[in-house]
Amino acid sequence: MSFVEYSEIIQEGDVVIIFQGHESMMPIKVQSGAQTQTRYGAIRHSSDLIGQRFGSKVTCSKGGWVYVLHPTPELWTVNLPHRTQILYTTDIANITLMLELKPGSVVCESGTGSGSLSHSILRTIAPTGHLHTVEFHAQRAEKAMQEFKEHKVSHLVTVRNQDVCKDGFGITGIADAVFLDIPSPWEAITHAKSAIKRKGGRICSFSPCIEQVQRTCEALLDHGFEEICTLEVLLRVHDVRTVTLPLPDFGPEEDSTDIPNTGNSSVICRTATPPREMAGHTGYLTFATKPRD
Amino acid sequence: MAESVNDSDAESRISFGDYVVLKRGDVFKSVQVENKKKVIFEKQWFFLDNAVGQLFGTRFEIGAGGSLKLKAAKHSGDSLDSKEAGQDNRHILDDGKSQKLTRDDIETLKEQGLKGQHLYSIVNVFVYFSHLRYDTLAQILTLGNIHAGSKILVFETCAGLVLGSVMERMGGFGSVIQMYPGGGPTRAGMESFGFPSHFHETLHEFPLCKVNALLAGTLDLSEKDADGNRRSESSQETSGVSEERSSEPQSMEVSVDQQEEMRRVERERLREQKAQEKKVKMEEKRKKLASAAALLEGRNADGLVIASRFHPCPVLMGLLKFIAPSRPFVVYCQYREPLIECYTKLREQGGAISLRLTDSWLRHYQVLPNRTHPVLLMSGGGGYLLSGTTVAADSAKTRNQHKSEEHVAKRLKLDEISSA
Repeated sequence: MSFVEYSEIIQEGDVVIIFQGHESMMPIKVQSGAQTQTRYGAIRHSSDLIGQRFGSKVTCSKGGWVYVLHPTPELWTVNLPHRTQILYTTDIANITLMLELKPGSVVCESGTGSGSLSHSILRTIAPTGHLHTVEFHAQRAEKAMQEFKEHKVSHLVTVRNQDVCKDGFGITGIADAVFLDIPSPWEAITHAKSAIKRKGGRICSFSPCIEQVQRTCEALLDHGFEEICTLEVLLRVHDVRTVTLPLPDFGPEEDSTDIPNTGNSSVICRTATPPREMAGHTGYLTFATKPRD
Repeated sequence: MAESVNDSDAESRISFGDYVVLKRGDVFKSVQVENKKKVIFEKQWFFLDNAVGQLFGTRFEIGAGGSLKLKAAKHSGDSLDSKEAGQDNRHILDDGKSQKLTRDDIETLKEQGLKGQHLYSIVNVFVYFSHLRYDTLAQILTLGNIHAGSKILVFETCAGLVLGSVMERMGGFGSVIQMYPGGGPTRAGMESFGFPSHFHETLHEFPLCKVNALLAGTLDLSEKDADGNRRSESSQETSGVSEERSSEPQSMEVSVDQQEEMRRVERERLREQKAQEKKVKMEEKRKKLASAAALLEGRNADGLVIASRFHPCPVLMGLLKFIAPSRPFVVYCQYREPLIECYTKLREQGGAISLRLTDSWLRHYQVLPNRTHPVLLMSGGGGYLLSGTTVAADSAKTRNQHKSEEHVAKRLKLDEISSA
């Protein structure tokens, strides 16, 4: 198992996702001899997990069962331990496409935060790319390094514990793309620009507040970035359900041989309703291109 | 756009014969670069000759006599222009009025493909032909966990746009099997990505009409010709014919012109050459079918992407059989109801979890000092996605067991409380 490569059989040391039901999942680290409690009972790692196929059903001690899933960055995003507010898959998907990330891309990111976007980037740039991620909080930087190692992706990433606004990304002229999710992104634009390759590249800045966006766009303009574009994307989840709609009774029809509807009959419809409230605002995404030097 | 590993500029330089996209603000035009050919764009005429040898993305000015000159280094004032252009670039999707591409341009782009554009530009232009908005495409690629080294099944009728995007995210590693309806796979859109040749080795195709045979284990991969006759029979036929023909000249030798004889021999040679070429093509086709079948029959593909005008339900139910457990699948449909059907069917049948029916809203902003506000909201028109994860196939028996187990668990809890 790794977060950048699928495997078929669960092994000792793997991180797996236990699926207990709709919207109820948890990550666990597989260790020989260990046990994990679920709502349906205990799972014994040695007998129930190691050697089993990913995706199989595991019966727990109380008789109920769960599924064991191969980790993916998307599953990780909804199950990871939060150390900061994180980016969710909807934003991540658009960032990935609009920064044109692909295998071999060299990417700079700050701040690392809880590693939600980092894992997604690593999956996309593997096996030949590299991620340079900067986190100014020492403990979070350390935790991130630990997780990358556990998830077997540390060969693809370099974590630096420094302040990106003062010290930059630690590299220059090698990045295809830069991503900023920091309180004052305009302060990091100079460093972002120097990190990007001479032949040009893409930049994205994520900010919750429009004032931050305004200052960032200004800084991008001043530094010669082109095609500056700000957008927001929201995902709407449709709730698929069966509804029963009663039919009206208009009384018996004149000259009709049909059996009249004497009430109490209804029609069953399968439909999907949008949620009453749209997903909340996460942040604005500002993209730009650094042209060829 | 795929770029060469050693980062050379060679592939990014304009050559004669290339189809390029001219861009001025939010107006695009596709033209072919031809020697001394007059091009008209945005009410100006010029020649593209001076563009040859320059890099894609270079800015030009139109000088005297219609010749192109490299544009001087830009000042930040100029960026304002391109910034707005960059925003309007995305507007082309929704507002028919701002679209300046003519019908001809679109047809040209469709046929000839693009070169030298960033993917997001390609996506913007291609959306005209496929109703697939780029934010929906973004979701497909990420929800599908498309990455290097996996084995992905794709079924799409988006002119190859989805296929190309998947291939780009695979980076030439792993394999992509394109399932296709009818005669052959359409890949025009994929070609425009400009992948290096080794990428094409990872691309396979398999016809839908042979899926059932493959699943049943009855797929015939032996050598056959186009008519489905066994090869040996047909080759006997052709050799029989040539025997007849070769006997003819002998009897007519006395009366026929020598030139006539040469022509006859030449015709025979061409006939045989054509038959030989046909044989080679059939063999190639057979080999391709066999290699795709070999990849599919393990039923261990790592992901499934469906984006077509076909009803998604039977396509999904049919192709899911090839996917390993604990792998993602994503189905795009312009309309919601067919995906509701898929959802319902999957619930009944089992074998899939975390089913989600979604669509995304996209809003653009104009960001200018004292003039910042949203400009465009794109919603609903981007189509819908059904995504989920496969799991080990569920038998009805065990599912019911689960239901009763839930009751047991609840009862246990109550007992615990009462005994406390």
